[in-house]
Amino acid sequence: MDVSLTKKQKLELYYFMTLNRSLEDRLVNLFKQNKVVGGLYGSLGQEATSVGTAYALGPGDWIAPMIRNVGALLVRGYKPRDILTQYMARYTSPTLGKDGTSHFGDLKVRHVVSPISMLGDLIPVMTGIAMAGRYLGQKIVAMTWIGDGGTSTGAFHEGMNLAAVQKAPFVLIIENNGWAYSTPVGRQVPIKDLADRAKAYGIQSYIMDGNDVIAVYETTKKAVDQCRAGDGPVIIESKTMRMRGHAQHDPAEYVPKEMFAKWKKLDPLERYEKYLTENKLWDEKTKKEIDTRIDRELTAELEIAESGPFPPAELSEQGVYCDGCHEIEATWNRPKNELMPPKSSVEPVWKLSAVGEIEQGEARGAAATDEVTSGGRVSVDAKPHFDAPAKSVQKSKTAKPAPTKPSAKKSAARKKRS
Amino acid sequence: MAQVTFLEAIRQALFEEMDRDPAVVMIGEDIGVYGGAFKVTAGLLERFGWERVIDTPISETAIIGAAIGMSYQGLRPVAEMQFIDFIACCFNQLTNFAAKSHYRWGAPVPMVVRGPSGGGVHGGPFHSQNPEMYFAHTPGLKVIYPATAYDAKGLMKSAIRDNNPVLFFEHKFLYRRIKEELPEGEYLVPIGKAAVKREGQHLTIISYAAMLHTSLEAAEILAREGIECEVIDLRTLLPLDKETILASVKKTNKLLIVHEDTRTGGIAGEIAAIVCEGAFDDLDGPIVRVTSLDTPVPYSPPLEEHFLPNAEKIVTAARELAKY
Repeated sequence: MDVSLTKKQKLELYYFMTLNRSLEDRLVNLFKQNKVVGGLYGSLGQEATSVGTAYALGPGDWIAPMIRNVGALLVRGYKPRDILTQYMARYTSPTLGKDGTSHFGDLKVRHVVSPISMLGDLIPVMTGIAMAGRYLGQKIVAMTWIGDGGTSTGAFHEGMNLAAVQKAPFVLIIENNGWAYSTPVGRQVPIKDLADRAKAYGIQSYIMDGNDVIAVYETTKKAVDQCRAGDGPVIIESKTMRMRGHAQHDPAEYVPKEMFAKWKKLDPLERYEKYLTENKLWDEKTKKEIDTRIDRELTAELEIAESGPFPPAELSEQGVYCDGCHEIEATWNRPKNELMPPKSSVEPVWKLSAVGEIEQGEARGAAATDEVTSGGRVSVDAKPHFDAPAKSVQKSKTAKPAPTKPSAKKSAARKKRS
Repeated sequence: MAQVTFLEAIRQALFEEMDRDPAVVMIGEDIGVYGGAFKVTAGLLERFGWERVIDTPISETAIIGAAIGMSYQGLRPVAEMQFIDFIACCFNQLTNFAAKSHYRWGAPVPMVVRGPSGGGVHGGPFHSQNPEMYFAHTPGLKVIYPATAYDAKGLMKSAIRDNNPVLFFEHKFLYRRIKEELPEGEYLVPIGKAAVKREGQHLTIISYAAMLHTSLEAAEILAREGIECEVIDLRTLLPLDKETILASVKKTNKLLIVHEDTRTGGIAGEIAAIVCEGAFDDLDGPIVRVTSLDTPVPYSPPLEEHFLPNAEKIVTAARELAKY
């Protein structure tokens, strides 16, 4: 397997995965020192999924991380101090101490939406981001992650269905890490592959080895490119394993030891190190340089984080409402007059080509039917797990308007059959 | 000048705001081709097109979630609940996602959620409710519940321009039953300000939405008996206009609160606490509540009539209070 990633980019993937893991090691120490004031959630064993998926996005794209997607936040440009101060509840954290963990974001520059603890709710929210992006002519893709357990929520279904019917440029990564807290995936869903869920939405899906960062990257890149081209949302199931408990307090005694042992052999970092060595992309010296750099950076970042003060008590009363503190202005990449009368005006009738089948292009607006070419081409050997039926990808411009009522001839034929 | 119904006033506000700003979009069930169950959004699709008037699947959580996402992109979505009772389906998106967003991470959610609410039209337990207090209890949301066509239009326009998630309750009993002349040209009504609808010195009646009209009817009857009521329309439940409430109680020394919402946990309890904290020494009698019963909204007319407050119940309670 090979992709068009440069050697430099491949080393960068190693950097982010190792930074992800080392940062969490530091957090475990801080937790033991009682410097993490709340719970600590790790992503040991899932670093390749976080890093590889986020790496496939462009700077204008949007993400919403889940609690274990520290790697994605690092790829997106956040510094270790941001995550450290969030866990340590400092005034210098991105949320000023108002929330912890990965619960932070940035609408303007990094395009990161903060998650909430309730699972599934990011799916409709990121669908809205994607729909608005298309509306504004931005040609962006929105991505979020969900665990195997989170796929059981109603919000998952409502969000995926809306994304599908809207053909929103939205990629959902299902991180199937085997466990929803203490409940194994088999008790969460009665199916083997969570990617099968895509069939119900008539959208495409892929399954990828979540512990192989190159496979993760190339599968995600393919999905992102399809999305950007207007082909509708994609579900990718990442097969991986949560190598610790749900949170730091949880020793995960409910996980069979053999399961940990099996997945330990598939450790994403060890595999990637082997890949880099076998493909002669680095030598011992380069590895040591990167490792030393990470260690040095983390020491410095930790020092900065620990020197940050706690927030002043009165801050708890502030910021419930936006009273003009934020200026709200969309980023328009298309002429506004396309969306104003007379240009926006339409005949308000459904154009149906068959019972219930709508000509999608019209209902979804002009941006959806634009031809979009994305950046660097990659050769991808990921096989689609499920292909969306071709007819749902039809565009209105080529389809002929069909009568809304069956013609007399057809009705007669129907009668005959019955 | 033509008389404009409560419903038409809201529709005008939506039209005007969409005409003013292409960032304003509508999202909801059956709002486009059909024009909404009550036709509040009729004509919007024709004028503004498929991209700005979005018919969705029956998915309240997805509607609100998508509206939040749109608002993060700088749009100003107006989401319709076909009946406001269904807002329970997206409670999490509203109370946990939208309401806490600005406080937690400084991300404003300029979104309006609107829909027909309230009883008196034999809608039964799931098409008649007043769920405003679930949300008036949630910091980060704003809750508007207008009573007149003028206020409905002006408040809707303010809500769309507000940078926060605003819930806009439209009492369906009022949709086509009340009308008034509206000013030509643009006007706004500020969020968070109550209105004194009738001045009086003997006691204060605080109400909102359809019950404002019932309260005014009662005040008219009471005036003929020599009891002059000051009637206040809250208009906004969150943030609550404490100043107007306290000023009136300090003037009349007696307070009666009327709402169509059920009794326990209704806004009357909160107002009573505010008055006890801020004007206890001014009170000459107990704070009295006239509300719906603590039951679901029943369907059959005699049951629903018994459930709801009416002018007679208000008059009876006011007469008792006036004796203090």
